[in-house]
Amino acid sequence: MNNITKDRLATAMFWLGAGLVLLILGTLIAYIFYHGIKSIDWKFITSPPQSIRAGGGIGPQIFNSFYILILTMSISIPIGLLGGIYLAEYAGRSKMAEGIRVAIETLTSLPSIVVGLFGLLVFVNITGWGYSLMSGALALTVFNLPFLVRVSEESINGVSRELAAGSLALGATKWQTIWAVIIPSAFPSLVTGIIITSGRVFGEAAALLYTAGMSSPALDFTNWNIFSPSSPLNPFRPAETLAVHIWKVNSEGIIPDVRRVADGSAAVLVMVVLAFNFCARWLGRLIYRRLTAE
Amino acid sequence: MLKKRYFYDRLGSALTLFCASLVIVLTVSIIYFISSKGIATFISDGVSLREFLFSTQWWPDRPRAEGGPQLGALSMIIGSVLVSLFAVGISAPLGIVVAVFLVEIAPGWGQRVLQPAVELLAGIPSVVYGYIGLSLLVPFIRDNIGGGGFSLLAGFLVLSVMILPTIISVSADSIKALHIEWKHASLALGATRWQTIRMVLVPAARSGLITAVVLGLARAFGEALAVQMVIGNTRQIPTSILDPMMTLTSAITMDMGATIAGTPWNNALWSMGLILLLMSLFFIMLIRVVVRRGVAQ
Repeated sequence: MNNITKDRLATAMFWLGAGLVLLILGTLIAYIFYHGIKSIDWKFITSPPQSIRAGGGIGPQIFNSFYILILTMSISIPIGLLGGIYLAEYAGRSKMAEGIRVAIETLTSLPSIVVGLFGLLVFVNITGWGYSLMSGALALTVFNLPFLVRVSEESINGVSRELAAGSLALGATKWQTIWAVIIPSAFPSLVTGIIITSGRVFGEAAALLYTAGMSSPALDFTNWNIFSPSSPLNPFRPAETLAVHIWKVNSEGIIPDVRRVADGSAAVLVMVVLAFNFCARWLGRLIYRRLTAE
Repeated sequence: MLKKRYFYDRLGSALTLFCASLVIVLTVSIIYFISSKGIATFISDGVSLREFLFSTQWWPDRPRAEGGPQLGALSMIIGSVLVSLFAVGISAPLGIVVAVFLVEIAPGWGQRVLQPAVELLAGIPSVVYGYIGLSLLVPFIRDNIGGGGFSLLAGFLVLSVMILPTIISVSADSIKALHIEWKHASLALGATRWQTIRMVLVPAARSGLITAVVLGLARAFGEALAVQMVIGNTRQIPTSILDPMMTLTSAITMDMGATIAGTPWNNALWSMGLILLLMSLFFIMLIRVVVRRGVAQ
């Protein structure tokens, strides 16, 4: 076999590999939607689940997932953004910066079940809150923070240095320059990054099993008193999210229509995550065009 | 007026430093808390480290008078190692092939179609992978290959798809970062594209490729729910890839809520958590060594 034939064969192998990845993705998405669409209707996505009988929905689970996402993001975005600003603008090559980078790498590769165990110990037991939305949101913050710090550091590093230099030369302080010049220019990639990490948070389950819990109390969606245990807005009530629900119905297997509920939940979950993905691309491009007037 | 501006300037930089150092505080407290719970097995339950790591005898409820509790986690440790090594065995070659394809074979088409596909694959939540494994792969294995379906095979197939995006994107980045002159020099010497890839590009990107594989391995080792849903969770060392088995992560997921805090069984779960933590620290260190070597060359 001469070298040209070998080269051709190798090229075929590369195309085969790429085709295989596309095939896998296509199969997964098609499978999820083909089975999911059949069980999704208005009643399914709004009604509460059944514990023994068939016919339950996933309304509270969808609400819990979004609520915990909002709580997580409102804790982790400020910290992550400021942390990223430190790394990009102040840290330089100091020992401190090196330590922070090692810590970020460590947190990033930590299995999410270990984050969940830490959450169980600190946010559930030591705080005395029990399984609650807040404990879950704090555990997810631990899970999400390293990614957000990295996203904001990278977005800030992507801003041209001349812009900042111009602002400093006009007499602005470094802090003013960061908020009035650098952050606005980094905004498109910041938004994109934040939405993509939101998708990860939305689909996470292992870190939530033993922090937000695997049950949801009966919720009264007309009760807006956040201190009432039946209010959906109470952050100190247990809350099963959509991702946890998929796991729970399958591992318990009590309800007779596991298959239907799990198919529908998986399809809704994937749809939301895909929506986050597309939204991130689209919004990033839109804001970029607005800012640069291209 | 000027004073106020400088005050805010100082305050701002202090605030950013505070937030950044929170990351260190978190890391240290995770290591501290998990370790302090994880060593209880060895201190208060009197189980030796050797027994925990190298014995398969798992009798957490046996009273002390009858020689218990026995907490040998070997079958779960081997389970975790096997399932993640097999997964990497499939994903590493496939991932590197796809990464080379993205950068060298079809950059245009690859960027437009394959890159977003890889990102979507990375975005699918792990419970969904587990669920597809459970409802599609497990019955398929049961009907067409043999055994009960819940098996090591199902576990590592699910994992290999899950870690594929990590391996592809990290490998592709490291190949992209190579000097283009090396490729040009090789092609100019008359090498074919395949020879260039095999003898110049892949060896030159070696440290990045190893990093990609280690990151994939770390992810596979620590994955809990997707694996738990398809491996059958039988506490035994599998003798064939069609046997059901158990991993450290699946033991923690299933038993943490079913055992009472402070009992030997529960303590053993925290020790397993500690093993997961130590393994993830080990992988990080491994990557640092590989990267440093790569830079030194």
